[in-house]
Amino acid sequence: MASKIKVKVKLKGDVAEVKSLMLHPMETGARKDPDTGATIPAHHITELTFSNNGKTVMTVHCSTAVSRDPYFSFSFSGAKAGDTLAVRWVDNTGESDTVETVLG
Amino acid sequence: MQLSRRLFVRGSIALAALWAMPRALLAGAWPDKAFASSAASEAMTELFGADQATDSSAISLTAPEIAENGAVVPITVETTLENVQSVSIVVEKNPRPLAVSFEIPPGTLPDVACRIKMGQTSQVMAVVKTDSGLFSAAKEVKVTIGGCGG
Repeated sequence: MASKIKVKVKLKGDVAEVKSLMLHPMETGARKDPDTGATIPAHHITELTFSNNGKTVMTVHCSTAVSRDPYFSFSFSGAKAGDTLAVRWVDNTGESDTVETVLG
Repeated sequence: MQLSRRLFVRGSIALAALWAMPRALLAGAWPDKAFASSAASEAMTELFGADQATDSSAISLTAPEIAENGAVVPITVETTLENVQSVSIVVEKNPRPLAVSFEIPPGTLPDVACRIKMGQTSQVMAVVKTDSGLFSAAKEVKVTIGGCGG
């Protein structure tokens, strides 16, 4: 399956500005199906990891209060063109997604 | 053709390595108790071992004054504090106040942004953990439900 994570990195000197958007329903577990009245089970990303050349540069722990199709941005230093930034998330049902991008 | 095959092989190896890495190595465990807490102070105690944070003007919390759509509230937290270990966002009146927690390793700048959900008008608090304690900044965000963006 193609990755549903979009990631953009802007290099300013050795600082990389990372913006990422991923597709995920982020169900809270409190919402009800309007047709059947059945509760929609929680389905949300729990952990999101960014690593640059294998070194973790950011870990995000998410609750259900993160919006649907989450967006995150942050910056880290020590980056250079040609580095590989990997983004990976895991959700509460055990699903995961990952994408890699080369800094340039 | 050759190049793409090389890239593919390299990518697969990297993925396999990432997959094989023990979860514990990737990061601290997901703080389930803190996320399950229904009170802000309880969540903070679970996460940090203390429910009090010092107000700090070195933290800038950017959030809309009025959020027309509580499902998507953009939040930015930036700080000039040094040796930041984590940045967490707590929404006092959400059923589960702890919304998100960023673990910041050395080298990563304490400047993060994300979008969160809010059930109703509430104080939003940014809690920054440094090696010298807990610091916070708060702002009220009004949530208008329905209507025409009034």
